[in-house]
Amino acid sequence: MDYQLIWALLIAVAVFAYVTLDGFDLGIGILFPFIKDPAKRGRMMNTVAPVWDGNETWLVLGGGGLYAAFPLAYSLLLTAFYIPVLTMLLALVFRGVAFEFRFKSIKHQKHWDFAFSTGSIIAAAMQGAMLGAFIEGIAVENAKFVGGPFDWLSPFSIFCASAVVVGYALLGTGWLIMKMEGNFQGNLRRLAKPAVIWMAANLGVVSLMTSYINPSYAARWFDMPNLLYLAPIPIITAGLLFWLWHAVKHREKTVFGITLGIFFLSYLGFGITLYPNIVPPMIDFRTAAAPENSLAFMLVGAAILLPIIFAYTAYAYWVFRGKASDEGYH
Amino acid sequence: MLDAEILARIQFAFTVSFHIIFPSFTIGLASYLFVLEAMWLRTRDETYLSLFKFWLKIFALAFGMGVVSGIVMSYQFGTNWGPFAEFSGGVLGPLLAYEVLSAFFLEAGFLGIMLFGLNRVGPKLHFTATIMVAVGTLFSAFWILSANSWMQTPDGFVIENGRAVVTSWIDAIFNPSFGYRLVHMVLAAYLTTSLVVGAVGAWHLLRDRDNRAARIMFSMAMWMVAIVAPIQIIAGDMHGLNTLEHQPAKVAAMEGHFETQNGAPLILFGWPDMDAQVTKYALEIPKLGSLVLTHDWDGKITGLNDFAPEDRPNSTILFWTFRVMVGIGILMALLGFASLFGRWRKSLYSCTWLHRFALVMGPSGFIAILAGWFTTEIGRQPWVIYGVMRTSEAGSPISMTMIAGSLAAFVAVYAIVFGVGTAYIFRAMAKDPRFAHSPKGEVLRAGSRPVADSTNQAGE
Ligand code: HDD
Ligand code: HEM
Ligand code: HEM
Repeated sequence: MDYQLIWALLIAVAVFAYVTLDGFDLGIGILFPFIKDPAKRGRMMNTVAPVWDGNETWLVLGGGGLYAAFPLAYSLLLTAFYIPVLTMLLALVFRGVAFEFRFKSIKHQKHWDFAFSTGSIIAAAMQGAMLGAFIEGIAVENAKFVGGPFDWLSPFSIFCASAVVVGYALLGTGWLIMKMEGNFQGNLRRLAKPAVIWMAANLGVVSLMTSYINPSYAARWFDMPNLLYLAPIPIITAGLLFWLWHAVKHREKTVFGITLGIFFLSYLGFGITLYPNIVPPMIDFRTAAAPENSLAFMLVGAAILLPIIFAYTAYAYWVFRGKASDEGYH
Repeated sequence: MLDAEILARIQFAFTVSFHIIFPSFTIGLASYLFVLEAMWLRTRDETYLSLFKFWLKIFALAFGMGVVSGIVMSYQFGTNWGPFAEFSGGVLGPLLAYEVLSAFFLEAGFLGIMLFGLNRVGPKLHFTATIMVAVGTLFSAFWILSANSWMQTPDGFVIENGRAVVTSWIDAIFNPSFGYRLVHMVLAAYLTTSLVVGAVGAWHLLRDRDNRAARIMFSMAMWMVAIVAPIQIIAGDMHGLNTLEHQPAKVAAMEGHFETQNGAPLILFGWPDMDAQVTKYALEIPKLGSLVLTHDWDGKITGLNDFAPEDRPNSTILFWTFRVMVGIGILMALLGFASLFGRWRKSLYSCTWLHRFALVMGPSGFIAILAGWFTTEIGRQPWVIYGVMRTSEAGSPISMTMIAGSLAAFVAVYAIVFGVGTAYIFRAMAKDPRFAHSPKGEVLRAGSRPVADSTNQAGE
């Protein structure tokens, strides 16, 4: 069995699960500045309070899995992204404790709301910036990081940061449209419209810029016969964006699903661009892989435990299905 | 002199010390909640439900802080200890991955139902969720302590191309010190929680001796302390013998022994001086050291001077952290004994000094746990993986400024967040546990003190 490939794919799945699941609950924090009413904010938070911890566990699996399966990549990436990683973690500290703290003190509720939304925005922005810096490539020589502490900061990475913030906000809106009713739902629909346009623009710009950054990225997409095989990805994405535009106005359940679809295709495109690199532009996943028997040992556990995890996670979502009500959990 | 390595170590010690405070409490509390809910389901006595809800609120706060400080930990290996991560990834990585898959997902997946789901899923399924969370915390302790023990007593691997490759997973996971450490740490978590529960019970009893909920929790906690504290002392002694076998330099430093001798004394107090290579102002009991460590009056004990100077851990610190832990352990056993005496005299709920004693012992578990970890980890120095990789080879190529800056950020953020969180926990503890689940309790939350509290103060 090709353990290295399987683990590269599994980690890609974990990261995608993280991006979409924590994406929508970070998105709720990103929306806070647009929704001022404390009661509504409480209701928004309660829709994710039972699940946010599970969502964030995918981040731990992504990080822990990388450490286990590709230690060289873990070491290089975290050294190169020292500042954005630690900033993201501290931001997640703030927004994580806000789930509990917000309901403990009426006097300080405003402060914890601020911590929640700023924490969410900063965490999302750092993830976007790292994505951009990752695409641009990391300075590595002889398997050592040789760049500077601010290499990750560039116009492109800043642009990616804003794209991820908007994308998460849209995911959050989709989730809330599903969970809320009446007037509030209407407010959310109004917020979603500019976000859809913005996201479409971002996707276009990021795709174009990516093909300029490295000729091999462009070649992967535009050389024959790849062009034919890969063309459906941007075409379907464009189709989904139009559908989303319609759904935002008229549908309740589909907005979230379509946004997920767009995230999935973008992520797929990103994977196709970078494959087989795990620390672009030089180090591929095979070079970075852990010893074969470590990968095999972990795969046994993953094969048994992941299906169980999927089952009870789905159950937890099912328990808290349906419209949010004012009977707060707290 | 500060350098990048020292700062990175301080940063790791700071973040992990903060983190461990919360698991120490949530591991024990999850099991306690399991017991409370089981009692409620069996007896249908509403007081147990009140107690369950009372501690559940506190659990939610502590758990949240455990999670966010833990996520930081899982990235610290890479940010500050890159070369260590590369070397050890093939061994420690899978252990941590198993922890995520078997423990963290389990805890997180059922936490939501445990906290918010009682009315939605009904008591039976809710109880299942409570069990899953409790089991998850124990799985978590299993894997992380296996990883830590492997760094203390590495086994079941060879070095290939500059990295550790496992030859036997059984030997690597169940490495020589793992069993001892797992038992010692889980007992420590249970003790710590019992002492907190006991202190909260005592505090409420001091205000109102007839508070039934407070009586129940105080009594349960005191049973735990009376039983577990003596077991912990025995487990700790066995752990020490195991350490003597695998890390003799650590034990020499803990005991303040510099010269190798037969029939070594037990040094009760003193000031080990690393430069002068003697323990000054030593107050000692002849021969007892040999007896404790070798179970023989004239047993031979190797002193620190028999190890190369670059292989010696710092005795000044270890000597004292070890004594703090052991001293607290003995105090805990005393408290347990006093409570048994109180039970026998039928004054468990009325004996003011017993309640005061339990109250001051409330935070002692946390102090003992930190002291224990400091002993274990500083005693492992100068190795990050004992006998295999030195700490000085383990650090990432990160500049001092960056580490100092991030350390400052950690200190600032943790001080605010965990300071406030602890204050909220104290506030939740001060509420009257009898009203934790009745609608009346909700009204009382708004600010006024429960009536019972103010009227029965005279009872003290
Ligand atoms: C003896 C127990 C123990 C020890 C020594 C540690 N932890 Fe811990 N950890 C737990 C016991 C625990 C726990 C009981 O499972 C927690 C506490 C609260 C919680 O949510 O789970 C937890 C949470 C927790 C989380 C959040 C999990 C989630 O998302 O739900 C992470 C990522 C870590 N830990 C990682 C670490 C690392 C990298 C450690 C070592 C350097 C470490 N822990 C030491
Ligand atoms: C949770 C309780 C723990 C506490 C309170 C603790 C405490 C400490 C302390 C005080 C140090 C600094 C020692 C020194 O520099 O002199 C340290 C270092 C370290 N510990 Fe632990 N530790 C804990 C658990 C763990 C676990 C579970 C692991 C690994 C799985 C671990 C891995 C490390 C590493 C990698 C270092 C840095 C390198 C070094 O200084 O040796 N620790 N820890
Ligand atoms: C009173 C008798 C006790 C003895 C003889 C004892 C002995 C020891 C020894 C020898 C170690 C170091 C092991 C090593 O580094 O390899 C240790 C570590 C530790 N102790 Fe204790 N201990 C006692 C009480 C306690 C108590 C009461 C607590 C907490 C409630 C506690 C918590 C810890 C912890 C958390 C560690 C670090 C983890 C580990 O190595 O297990 N100990 N203990």
